[in-house]
Amino acid sequence: MQQVFSIPKCMKKDFRYTFCPGCDHGVAVRLVAELIDEMELQEKAICSTCVGCSVFLYNFLDIDCVEAPHGRACASATGVKRAQPDKFVFTYQGDGDFASIGLAESMHSALRGENFSAICINNTTYGMTGGQMGPTSLMGQKTTTSPNGRNADYYGYPIKIAEQIALCDGTAFSARVSLDTIPNMVKAKQAIKKAFEVQQKGLGFGFVEILSSCPTNWKMTPEEAHKRVREEMIPVFPLGVFKDITASGGNK
Amino acid sequence: MESNEKVLIKGNYAIAQAAVNAGLQCYFGYPITPQTEIGEYLSGVMPELGKAYVCAESELAAINMVLGAVSTGVRAMTTSSSCAVALMQEALSYACGDELPVVLVNVMRAGPGLGYIYPAQGDYNQSVYGGGNGDYKIIVLAPSTVQECIDYTYRAFYLAQKYRNPVILLADGLLGQMMEPASFGENPYPEVDVSSWALTGAKSREGRAIYSVGPDEKKQIQHIYNLFEKFELIKKNETSYEEFNIEDADIILTAFGSMTRNIKAAMTVLRDKGLKVGCFRPVTLSPFPYERISNLAKLGKKFVVVEMNMGQMFKDVRYAVNGKSEVSLINRPCGEWLSVEEIVSAVENIYKKGACYATSI
Amino acid sequence: MSLIKINNSRCKSCYLCVSTCPKGLIKKSDKTNRLGDYLVEFDDKNNECIGCAMCAKRCPDLAIEVYKEMTNK
Repeated sequence: MQQVFSIPKCMKKDFRYTFCPGCDHGVAVRLVAELIDEMELQEKAICSTCVGCSVFLYNFLDIDCVEAPHGRACASATGVKRAQPDKFVFTYQGDGDFASIGLAESMHSALRGENFSAICINNTTYGMTGGQMGPTSLMGQKTTTSPNGRNADYYGYPIKIAEQIALCDGTAFSARVSLDTIPNMVKAKQAIKKAFEVQQKGLGFGFVEILSSCPTNWKMTPEEAHKRVREEMIPVFPLGVFKDITASGGNK
Repeated sequence: MESNEKVLIKGNYAIAQAAVNAGLQCYFGYPITPQTEIGEYLSGVMPELGKAYVCAESELAAINMVLGAVSTGVRAMTTSSSCAVALMQEALSYACGDELPVVLVNVMRAGPGLGYIYPAQGDYNQSVYGGGNGDYKIIVLAPSTVQECIDYTYRAFYLAQKYRNPVILLADGLLGQMMEPASFGENPYPEVDVSSWALTGAKSREGRAIYSVGPDEKKQIQHIYNLFEKFELIKKNETSYEEFNIEDADIILTAFGSMTRNIKAAMTVLRDKGLKVGCFRPVTLSPFPYERISNLAKLGKKFVVVEMNMGQMFKDVRYAVNGKSEVSLINRPCGEWLSVEEIVSAVENIYKKGACYATSI
Repeated sequence: MSLIKINNSRCKSCYLCVSTCPKGLIKKSDKTNRLGDYLVEFDDKNNECIGCAMCAKRCPDLAIEVYKEMTNK
């Protein structure tokens, strides 16, 4: 008998996720950890962590991590990478962190072509504080701060992060993936790998937006939450690669 | 530029070159008058030296870039001014909690709000007490000459790494824009070993995490006690001040930063008039030399605080004196520096009429 | 022949594995975790598990290990 699935080596012994039951964060962290193992990055990785559900990332991954204030992970990662260009630097952020409070830092990192990788979990809400309306909340979505549902007149529109980042000239790779099905997980891992590879090659900003479920705050079972990702999120946030300067023909 | 030869140099350029001499590896900044020359100067020097220079999109980003860079053990800084330093308060609180050796230069201008580019000393409270959340303390050095801008920049980088604590170099528009002869000499401080904590990748060791918060209440409480124990050590080792003609003085003029220049001149004039006036000048505004002031007050010496704000250091001097003698204030919120003549006549009035408060000449 | 091992101390009872297993070999258990939620158990009387590891990949809490008999082809 051979073990065909085990916990990635770069995860801490006896780590315990602080995510809610059924939350896709756990899968996203695993994919990142698997790639750190596969690409042999553990000894040179430095993560700039964010504030939100993934705030305790340093308790899960056995790599060097520095805490950044809410929204400033990309600024902090810029500092780390500029100080240590040979290290592998990445951020792991939520949509509130990356695309609301930290939008300026995120976008300017992409515009400068900062050579690090950024992972952004999009679950259409502020998870840790209990499900408030975020920059990615869908039209009609009921949250604790949009109790009657998000409407354009009152709340404006959600941001399409991966497309926006793809518009920045310093971006080497930008994609949106989902974790709702096993095949989509495979694609998600491929995209994260690509975002890591462009950094390894020194090509610029690598970005992956991961559509993720939040069963607790959506008040759904984990399975219903994945159905929502498929039926409500993906039509608004289409999956795909929006920019890949390594693709044949260049700036795809 | 590293010699004992005197050069005529502007305060802002002096700070920039001293930072380079101190081993500055990364500079992150955003323009604001009256400190912009620091960033301009470094934008030429840093790339030539193969070091990092980033025009940050905001002061928020700049200070957080410093946070990231110094977490890897290198020397990095940002420079800014008053209302923009206000934007950095969150990160300074994080830097204290994370124990990161951030160096920040604040070339003060007038506030509150946007204020204007008049010289002022209104950021004493902002620097010493901070605008960030939680219990934390920053080391604050206040130069009074261009030479001290150089010397204290060296010291700032050393202290930041030695104690793993942020350091603010609190200059002002007057110093930043003023040209004076000064020499760079050599950075007198030794290298600091950062290998026990710096983030360099988990090679042959476990991963390291630099963070300020924990879901473990006991750990969090202990962390804050540890930070304050560390600051007690800083207080013991690093509290520094200058004093002149203290022994026989019955009035001691007290100022920080470039106002020190004028109280020294006023002291000379007042001494010529036969008045026994001395000068006291804290070099470290934090840790503040409470003990020395307290001891001088117990000898019955009266204090006159001269500052370009509404009496911010005045409160600390009063706290140190603690009713043991009198404390007066000569001040103006910003703009034209209090002149030697103004100080002299105000002190003469105090001799005649006794202590005065918030005269706001 | 393949099998899975479920780490009850990691399981948060989200039951995503139950619906993910293509052979329907994972079911709710009578046992509960420390929060009182029913855990899951692997029930493979007929050795149907093919070691596809979909349950493990779906599990957000990395509570499942998968073992597979490797055949040389």
